[in-house]
Amino acid sequence: MSTDAPDLTNDGARSFRGIAFKTFFAVCAFLSILTTLAIIGTLLYDAVDFFAAVPPLEFLTGTEWTPSNEVYGVWPLISGTLIITFGSAAIALPIGLLTAIYLSEYATERRRAYLKPALEVLAGVPTVVYGYFALVYVTPVLDRILPLGTFNALSASIMVGIMIIPMVSSISEDAMSSVPDSLRQASYGLGATKFTVSTSVVVPAALSGILSSYILALSRAIGETMIVAIAAGMTPRMIDLTDPGGMFLESVQTMTAAMVQIGASDVVGQSTEYKSLFAVGLTLFVITFAMNLFSEWVSSRYREVYR
Amino acid sequence: MSSETDSTTKTDLTDASESSRQPSFEQVSRTKDVAFRWLTLAAALVGIVALAALLLNVLVDALAIFDPANGPWVDWQFLTNPPSFSNPYDAGFFPAIVGSIALMILIALITFPLGVGAAIYLEEYASDGPLTRFIQLNIANLAGVPSVVYGLLGLGLFVGLLNIGFGTLLVAGFTVSLLILPIVIISAQEAIRSVPDSQRQASYGMGATKWQTIRNVVLPRAMPGILTGTILALGRAIGETAPLIMIGAPTAVFGVPNSLFSKISAMPMQIYTWADLPETEFQYGVVAAGVVTLLVILLSINSIAIVIRNRYQTQE
Repeated sequence: MSTDAPDLTNDGARSFRGIAFKTFFAVCAFLSILTTLAIIGTLLYDAVDFFAAVPPLEFLTGTEWTPSNEVYGVWPLISGTLIITFGSAAIALPIGLLTAIYLSEYATERRRAYLKPALEVLAGVPTVVYGYFALVYVTPVLDRILPLGTFNALSASIMVGIMIIPMVSSISEDAMSSVPDSLRQASYGLGATKFTVSTSVVVPAALSGILSSYILALSRAIGETMIVAIAAGMTPRMIDLTDPGGMFLESVQTMTAAMVQIGASDVVGQSTEYKSLFAVGLTLFVITFAMNLFSEWVSSRYREVYR
Repeated sequence: MSSETDSTTKTDLTDASESSRQPSFEQVSRTKDVAFRWLTLAAALVGIVALAALLLNVLVDALAIFDPANGPWVDWQFLTNPPSFSNPYDAGFFPAIVGSIALMILIALITFPLGVGAAIYLEEYASDGPLTRFIQLNIANLAGVPSVVYGLLGLGLFVGLLNIGFGTLLVAGFTVSLLILPIVIISAQEAIRSVPDSQRQASYGMGATKWQTIRNVVLPRAMPGILTGTILALGRAIGETAPLIMIGAPTAVFGVPNSLFSKISAMPMQIYTWADLPETEFQYGVVAAGVVTLLVILLSINSIAIVIRNRYQTQE
């Protein structure tokens, strides 16, 4: 309630109903904090057991991931995740930014009304469907020009990239739309073209929003599971720094795909392999949670307030 | 400068920004400008075009348009048979469809009261203090947690600690509910926030209590928005696969669930297990049929949300 009028609210403080409902609503709201605590709790509970069997240093620095031989080094999985994230970012970040510029600066009201919901559909398609598309349509087509494996990082990256385009474009467009028209008009007054206004005025002014959308989109790509589990395969390997491009042609395994592999197998509840699920999950959670917080911080810290 | 000239200048410049009447100085590097315009339009369309092409491909495969002898793969038998992993011509989607619908109903029953309740608390009761801001930030962050991590939460909490049982309807319902709850809360908050304050004041002026105001004024006005948001979130819920894998949903279910403790299949789960099979009939036939069925059901769910939103908008 935010009005200047005196607060005459009869909040029904004495009625049992008023109190009962208020309590129920408050419990609902606090459930979200409980959920966060439960996530951290469940991940830590089994991860602690895991780290009793596998030293944390070995897990965090190891360069081999072979659960069947009890070798748990997380770097090959992080390498796989980095490859997919880099590949999808190469697609989604420029395309998403250009899309946002089109929607905010060039598109007519009518076109925007069609384009925005159509773009949202890209984020609404179930990821298992994208994974299937990557495996049976994208890979065979690309295979004609590139020496691709059945499972490869390239087609998975392309699909993850397409999926996260709307995330970049919608948040960036919001930021660009809130850049006041007076800035654009000042630039036009100096004789600038629309290209110059878009790239030298609007984009810099909306930079915090764009940056925040980039971080969120990357975080989404890191956590994406089904596309990579279906299309990128299950081969944990380190990035070969002499030939990073070659990585895209072959199968890799991301952190999420490794979790699916262990989760889908019949590992028993007390084995180290089962517990490793939670250690990898904790790593993934910490990375994505930190990125989401960072994105929030960037957008609030560097937000230009126009009025 | 008089106010009249001022406003004329402004109008001219606004026109220029809509590029309907371009002043000559804008034509200096017109080529670059036009090229950039086309580049941004192409970027806006590339994802949509790619998806449209893929959808067309899968539709052609599912209906076996170029191979009528073997199809169509989506037929009555596919919709009513139990799954098969050896004979593609026998394979059906029925337990997966029923499982997904049962799961969706359960999730709706869980998330609707909890999500709307949390939204009411945050919008109507909570003061704008650090605690409220913390809850708000926390909800935004939960919306960004990968779905596979929610699967681990379900595995550790509902399967491990509470021992409800691997891959049961109840565990799947709880797990996916927690996953979409932040989305339901955020959209319900937006709907409640859009109810004008004057209406609340009018209600209080009549001597209504806070709860009466929420029940008789705020919720009825916000309901179309809340329903739209919830239905869209449910659409996302039935497309989720990773959490189901993590809580141990079985790869093959041949019957329909008959209790909350039945092991269930779901459409995306069934698609995932079929996509593993190397035979062409599965890859380009049965899986395509499953994908088309899932997308058609998703589309119908989302159209319900759009119909509700449009009916509400025309009433305004």
